[in-house]
Amino acid sequence: MTLLEIRNITKRFGNFVAVDDINLDIKAGEFFTLLGPSGCGKTTLLRMIAGFDAPDSGEILLDGHNIIDVPPEKRPFHTVFQSYALFPHMTVADNIGFPLKMSGKSLEEINTRVASTLKEVELSQFADRYPHELSGGQKQRVAFARGLINQPRLLLLDEPLGALDEKLRENMQRELINLQAEAGVTFIYVTHAQNEALALSHRIAIMNQGRIEQIGEPSRIYNYPVNRFVADFIGKINMLDATVIKTSSSHLTLKVAGLGEVTVPARDGIKVNDRGVMAVRPEQIRMVAQTSEIADEFQFTGKIKDFFYIGDVTTYIIDLANSTRIEALLPNSLPGHAKLFEIGDPIIVSWQEQSAQFLLN
Amino acid sequence: MITHRRAKWLMSGPPLLFLLIFFAAPSLIMIFTSFRFPGEFGGLAPISIPAGENNGNYGLTIETYQFFFSDIIYLEIFLKSFAIATLTTLLCIIMAYPLALLIARSEKKFRNLMIMLVVLPFASNFLIRIYAWMIILGPESAFSQLINSILAIFGVAPVTLLFSSFAVLIGMVYVHLPFMILPLYTNLEKHDPILLDAAQDLGANGWQRFWYVTWPQSLPGILSGSALVFIPVLGMFAIPDILGGTDDIMIGNLIKDQFLGTRDWPFGSTLSIMLTLTVLCIAGLFSWFARYQTRFL
Repeated sequence: MTLLEIRNITKRFGNFVAVDDINLDIKAGEFFTLLGPSGCGKTTLLRMIAGFDAPDSGEILLDGHNIIDVPPEKRPFHTVFQSYALFPHMTVADNIGFPLKMSGKSLEEINTRVASTLKEVELSQFADRYPHELSGGQKQRVAFARGLINQPRLLLLDEPLGALDEKLRENMQRELINLQAEAGVTFIYVTHAQNEALALSHRIAIMNQGRIEQIGEPSRIYNYPVNRFVADFIGKINMLDATVIKTSSSHLTLKVAGLGEVTVPARDGIKVNDRGVMAVRPEQIRMVAQTSEIADEFQFTGKIKDFFYIGDVTTYIIDLANSTRIEALLPNSLPGHAKLFEIGDPIIVSWQEQSAQFLLN
Repeated sequence: MITHRRAKWLMSGPPLLFLLIFFAAPSLIMIFTSFRFPGEFGGLAPISIPAGENNGNYGLTIETYQFFFSDIIYLEIFLKSFAIATLTTLLCIIMAYPLALLIARSEKKFRNLMIMLVVLPFASNFLIRIYAWMIILGPESAFSQLINSILAIFGVAPVTLLFSSFAVLIGMVYVHLPFMILPLYTNLEKHDPILLDAAQDLGANGWQRFWYVTWPQSLPGILSGSALVFIPVLGMFAIPDILGGTDDIMIGNLIKDQFLGTRDWPFGSTLSIMLTLTVLCIAGLFSWFARYQTRFL
């Protein structure tokens, strides 16, 4: 069921187009993420949904009604800011109870609901503390509690985990998923951290320079990126220049620089002589020593040039024939070993046909 | 070799000496004086004197303190001074707040200019500025004539604005307004604008944003400004002297009269001590409030 419809929203700052004719549907109860590099317009879009900026053209429809002219304090949405924006002169309890006070609830009701919310976020003993006496993670939870206590129809989150260290960030991510599922509130989440987006969201919209490149579920975006930008932005990917030499209903035959002929799954709208890249993810690449044999259709010989060890996995930089370079990612599944191959080892590299794809330039 | 201890004494020694000679000693002299008798022709009676001279009034006494508490008029003057100080402080808060808010919310490049405009009157002499108000409020001034002609429409007799409590109040507020504007501005300028966004996002309208976010955070500024206005106003005598009538005498005037007029130094000292004690109490209250506030800011 659609909660929010964003129709042809455009926003300019002088000559700079921050948001360029965006169309989007947000479904009730989903965890929706706006993902993109800095300056892509995701925060601007979020602010327009919250009501802090007015679009130059377009509509935002809630239950079918355009809310463009509704001021922020009247919209049934709340925002969790990156800096949390907790009121420094109010206690934790007063901070959390603030939205209830603004909607005119009785003192009794406010106290009861604040007390139960404090219990949910495990901050009951901090009720009378002030924000400056809390740790980053605790402030974070107060900000969430404050945003959710009066059950808004939409919670807007502007990179709320940005200020946390990695371990805490991961923990908060898991808490967030549970929080959203339990509360059933629709989340619109803004981030530039693609791992976070993949982990948290039901659906992601990738934005670039004010436009949406692709919308879809995390696995869809990761495995079937619609263009070079998306493929490059999400995760790591090998991209080798390629030209289409043959098309069919099931396959494309490519001439790949340095590798020769390779077939990939078919794609709509691609014609012979189209130029682009053959793209394959590092974890899809299979490597064996040259002394072994593989049955795969295309195999390429090469040598290990370098590697990056990060504990659980190692990325190998491989030089194939004609100085073509690709990266492969392998788990360090051999106990006690940092890597499976040494620099200079001759190896054979291959992948399954469905793992690779062609992306237009 | 200059050790750490010796260095500390070298640094704090001279200012300490200065304060001892020119502040502590005179204060102690003042306290001592309040327990003495006034001399026959003014000044002080000697501590010891052959019997028979100066009506037998010599040595130490608490007569001045008894005198102070015996006549209600002195208490009245104290209370009136308090009233003027309180009223001045309130008026300064009311007038300074919108201006300080305006400057704090203006674009950065205009703020310094606006603050300079606020401070500019200090470039001219204090007394000259008071005399200027004599002219503005005098019976021949355009302002007075305007007020009186408006009153005449309603059939009210013309009033003299000068030499009245009204004039004293105007003078006090005029002189002390920058002392309220500046601390308030310094405080308001530091407010994080995102807090207003957060409040609005959570449902607060304009008035609620001011009352629940801006006002509480500005209280330390209001407190500083109030201290800088209330305490000086309490002891002022130039403004009541120049702009006020015979009824507008404040503690400061009374003290000045004792020393320069009736030459009753002991009584002047007593009044000074009463004033100082009052100011110390008020200052203590202000600083207690300030400490109470800063526990969360």
